[in-house]
Amino acid sequence: MEPTLASYLALSGILFTIGTVGVIFKRNAIGMFMCIELMLNAVNITFVGFSRFYNDVTGQLFVFMVMSVAAAEAAIGLGIIIAFFRNRISVDVDDASILKN
Amino acid sequence: MITTALFFLFAGFAIACAVLMVYHKNPLYSAIALIGVFIALACIYMLLAAPFIAAVQVLVYAGAIMVLVIFVIMLLNLEEDRPLTRLRHLYLIGSILGLVLLVQTLFIFYAVKKSPQSAQEQADAGLTINIGRAMFTEYLLPVEIAGVLLLMAIVGAMVLSRRLKETRLEIIQKEKRQ
Repeated sequence: MEPTLASYLALSGILFTIGTVGVIFKRNAIGMFMCIELMLNAVNITFVGFSRFYNDVTGQLFVFMVMSVAAAEAAIGLGIIIAFFRNRISVDVDDASILKN
Repeated sequence: MITTALFFLFAGFAIACAVLMVYHKNPLYSAIALIGVFIALACIYMLLAAPFIAAVQVLVYAGAIMVLVIFVIMLLNLEEDRPLTRLRHLYLIGSILGLVLLVQTLFIFYAVKKSPQSAQEQADAGLTINIGRAMFTEYLLPVEIAGVLLLMAIVGAMVLSRRLKETRLEIIQKEKRQ
């Protein structure tokens, strides 16, 4: 019994769920950032799975695009986190409340 | 048979590492668990006959991005995550959302299982030569746009890390020195 497309989709869904719950539960910005990376990876499994089961190269090209977006996000996100830390001396998202009220 | 065993091994490793990542309060341990997830996913991509994506996964995610994240964690010298003080209802919302997503996953699992898709016999889509050919012919414009996006990210990161005025961190450090 080979693993079917359904098992890859299930793995992807479980990882995406863990990432979503992590984004909500985590307090510090770097933890949330890492959970978002996990969610992007969960989507990548779906792309590669469909690409394998239909033997189509498009899915893997999409994975490539997702990876470049993730790399750009890492550069910008960590830049924002460091700028935030320089002004607030913490990376707790609760302290990001300038726009409140 | 061996594929199934390897799939469950790596899938279990990935899920266990992901749960550890969310569970750990210390961001450094979370980052190391996330590297475990990325390595397991690279192995899954190998099972899916996608060696190029597996290599890029290890190079870009486990290599570049996670090194950057760990670098920032160590630079900022983060302490452990505090428990939620305000917004306690977020735990409830998060749990409900997670349950809904899990139910959706189960639904998709059974819906796809009902219409069985067997893998195509030939598996040459993941070879680097085919990906490279598609990348520079059919998908040339998206690849160029991805390049521009990365350039914008570099410029944006430099603008963000520029100093405009004296920040609070520098004021505190100056006070400490005196």
